[in-house]
Amino acid sequence: MIEKIASVFFHLALVLLLSPLVTGFNRMLKARVQTRRGPSIIQPYRDLHKLLRKGMVIPDTASWIFSATPFVLFVTTLLASMLIPTISANAPLSLYGGVLAVVYLLALGRFFLALGGLDAGSSFGGLGSSREMTISAIAEPALMLAVFTVAIGAGSTNLSIVAQSALGQSWRFLAPSQMLAFAALFIVLIAETGRIPVDNPATHLELTMIHEAMILEYSGPYLALIEWAAWIKQLLLMTILVNVFFPFGLSMTWSPGAVLFSFTLFIFKLLLLSIVVAIVEVSNAKMRLFRVPELLAIAFVLGVLALVSTFLFQG
Amino acid sequence: MRELYLAGLLVYAVAALAGLAAHFRDKTAAWVVQALCYSSVAGALLELCASVGALIGGAEFNWSLPSGIPYIHCGVRLDPLSAYFNLALSLLAACISVYSTGYLKHGAAHRRPGLFCCFLNLQFLSLTLVFTASNAVFFLIAWELVVVTSYFLVVTDHESEETRRGGMLYMLMSRGGTGLLFIGFLLLAGAAGSMEFQAMHGSGDKLSPVLGGVAFLLLFFGFGVKAGIIPLHIWLPAAHPVAPSNVSALMSGIVIKTGIYGMARVFFDFYGVLPIWAGMLVLFAGTVSALLGVLYALMEHDLKRLLAYHSIENIGIILMGFGSALLFRSFGHPQLAALALVAGLFHTLNHGIFKCLLFLGAGSVLQGAGTRNMEEMGGLIRRMPWTALYFLIGAIAISGLPPLNGFVSEWFTYQGLLAGFGATPTLTRMAFPIAGAMLALTAALAAACFVKAFGITFLALPRSKDAEHAIEAPRSMTTAMAGLALACIAMGLGATWFIPVFAPITQQALGVQITHQLVSGNGLLLIPGSIRSGSVSPLMLALGLVALSAVPFALWFALGRKSPRTTGPSWDCGLPGLTAANEYTATAFSKPLRMIFAALFRPRREIQAEFDVSPYYPKAIHFESEIEPTFETHFYEPLWAGILALAARMRKIQTGSIHAYLAYIFVTLILLLLFGVRG
Repeated sequence: MIEKIASVFFHLALVLLLSPLVTGFNRMLKARVQTRRGPSIIQPYRDLHKLLRKGMVIPDTASWIFSATPFVLFVTTLLASMLIPTISANAPLSLYGGVLAVVYLLALGRFFLALGGLDAGSSFGGLGSSREMTISAIAEPALMLAVFTVAIGAGSTNLSIVAQSALGQSWRFLAPSQMLAFAALFIVLIAETGRIPVDNPATHLELTMIHEAMILEYSGPYLALIEWAAWIKQLLLMTILVNVFFPFGLSMTWSPGAVLFSFTLFIFKLLLLSIVVAIVEVSNAKMRLFRVPELLAIAFVLGVLALVSTFLFQG
Repeated sequence: MRELYLAGLLVYAVAALAGLAAHFRDKTAAWVVQALCYSSVAGALLELCASVGALIGGAEFNWSLPSGIPYIHCGVRLDPLSAYFNLALSLLAACISVYSTGYLKHGAAHRRPGLFCCFLNLQFLSLTLVFTASNAVFFLIAWELVVVTSYFLVVTDHESEETRRGGMLYMLMSRGGTGLLFIGFLLLAGAAGSMEFQAMHGSGDKLSPVLGGVAFLLLFFGFGVKAGIIPLHIWLPAAHPVAPSNVSALMSGIVIKTGIYGMARVFFDFYGVLPIWAGMLVLFAGTVSALLGVLYALMEHDLKRLLAYHSIENIGIILMGFGSALLFRSFGHPQLAALALVAGLFHTLNHGIFKCLLFLGAGSVLQGAGTRNMEEMGGLIRRMPWTALYFLIGAIAISGLPPLNGFVSEWFTYQGLLAGFGATPTLTRMAFPIAGAMLALTAALAAACFVKAFGITFLALPRSKDAEHAIEAPRSMTTAMAGLALACIAMGLGATWFIPVFAPITQQALGVQITHQLVSGNGLLLIPGSIRSGSVSPLMLALGLVALSAVPFALWFALGRKSPRTTGPSWDCGLPGLTAANEYTATAFSKPLRMIFAALFRPRREIQAEFDVSPYYPKAIHFESEIEPTFETHFYEPLWAGILALAARMRKIQTGSIHAYLAYIFVTLILLLLFGVRG
């Protein structure tokens, strides 16, 4: 019991503290590739600290939905992250919800975020909400096909069991179905976290933005929570990608040596994935909004192919 | 149990007669209407107790009243399946009756409240009989009684052309569906040699494969008309919006579920085994209905039509469960079939609850703001806080978001579809994950649609004078909604305690007890058969959300407690203040999806600018946009034209001369005699 509670708190601290770092690292990488100096890697922590202490302005048209949204978004994202194994192959709460619960908890947060965007009463919020809901909806079939492929491979939707089963066969990621599912999920990751070529997290130009338009009216501590939730979501999706497909080093025990080893390996895997994301971001231009469905259709086809190859190669 | 059940029927019948009597008095006093509504509540509660008793206590009973006419006797039976649907009916009937006490004070139904109460109670009575009839003839009589009473309820506001059209379309399509049911039931009863449902158990298997298939198709499409599967759905978005809102809630919550009940009865009682194509057809029809239903819902800005299209979507989700159950049974996996059947049946009840809640909410909005058009609403959350809260709960539930009830039944549906890949051979297995992906798309689009429905209706600034002066619904109406909202929460968080209700149903339908394999971990976890294949606990997720909210509050307490919090105007790009005209509209909100699915919608828009001097300074802009009603133009219009052409031809033999008709009768008689002699 004590161990269980300790693991919950450890997991919580890890997710809360690591997510800004991953974002900082990603921004730094992008800056370096573009031969800029860019902000320091710990800038996201400074931003959070600053925003949390600042005052805030609430639109006078807004209702209680506007104020509830940051909390709902933050808490659902945090809870979703507790269902995913990070450095231990046993996520603290994975028994209480598998990958479907992760997807739907994120959807609950998004539901409120889109309502918060509409509540401000300006066109920007509605524009962002509309686009966010559209893109997440058309990303969903590809996401679910990839999830199905993984769940069928492991015979479970419980992410801890999925990771443990992948750990049992370390070279499974070479199977065509796993590679195709990885590719599909990678595209979904780009779309869901609002990265180029789908959305540009660095822009504040109304024609190009999605996520930023939705949260335009948020300031101070509310903005901090929303930003932090977005970073946690990014970490969470990246963790699914690295730990489900490349589970090397996930520890089965809580001995200090094993934890340290798997922690190092986890960071290393995240760094590698961040580099890939950064390269994709700097080497692409942002797509027109109505080209995004084509990209997601590719992800869907990859998902179907992943399933077909499961069918062909595993009988 | 039997006494409770009969007492419930009696209360409905007496209330209906009293309503009729009140109607023929010159003026119906307000207290009479209240008393009539409360007696429906009493009847519904009696039925609720009877159903719960029959489900949990296993007190199944038969009762019949001879009518003196051959082949017809009024037999009722409360077996587990009937009791389950009767439970759903009486739960919703109680809430709708409470709502009606306040609702009948205004609106079209207010003009003839006695008659309205009479039909409402007749409707409850006939629905109870549909769910409990134990005899095909009596079932069909009750079925037609439902059609007639709901027609009269729908056309309450019959002064409006739109209402009469909607009601007539409903009536016509229902009649067509009943025609199919008659033939289907006759085929099955012929094989069974009896009209009794108990004798018809497994009768479908006695028919030859061809006739069995024909009977299946007839019954599937016959019940499909009522359930509103695509392409037989067109009456739903026509009839639901024009009816008074408590009737819409009843229609969407439970009347369309009579189709689902009929399918469950036929698929899992009358047929012991069905060919694979039958299961594939049901799964396919479910997937198509779910996806197209939600896509059409997204394009609506009439709040009640939007909800009507969502009923089509949810019927699709239920049929996905039924379809996979049929496939599993065909492939010899009764355990998995039971899992999928539980998913479908649970979603039936859940959809009844949240759709009833949403329609009642729409009714309050309609009374408060005086319009069904979402483009004229906005900001209602301040004027109608309780309605907004309950509507939000319904919206979260229908979008399948945790931890409410919609999530639980969709989760079971997903688990059934997931298991399908491993459990079925050959290429049929690909159907399951594709259906799963489409379910995911449907659920995500439903969430988008309800962000639109709630956001445009309740949030930001009011878009019209009426919305600005909207008034909150009276206590009785909000109480009914509160009850349904609580049911949404309870069925979500307490799903593990509700699941055992399905044990006698799966035992009856498939011969397996599965519910103990769906609950684990001291009643905390829901599992699909085994804990290894996945688990979810809505209750623990809800507790987790509450517990984790300590994190943001702690942060705020540590850092942001002293910082100022002010209100100010939204960013207006430097223009002089934002007005409602700057807000996003429902049409604009769904524009990206209209563009993406343009192949389906074939949107058309027309913009005309009026100007004096230069086109760059328009005086007025006229904008018109519509989508093509695909099924109406490409399926029903040719069908309608064909029927008219056929009628024109038949007119030639309809001379109006009595001699000709006598000749027709004579010829027919001779032919029948010849047929009889030959047989």
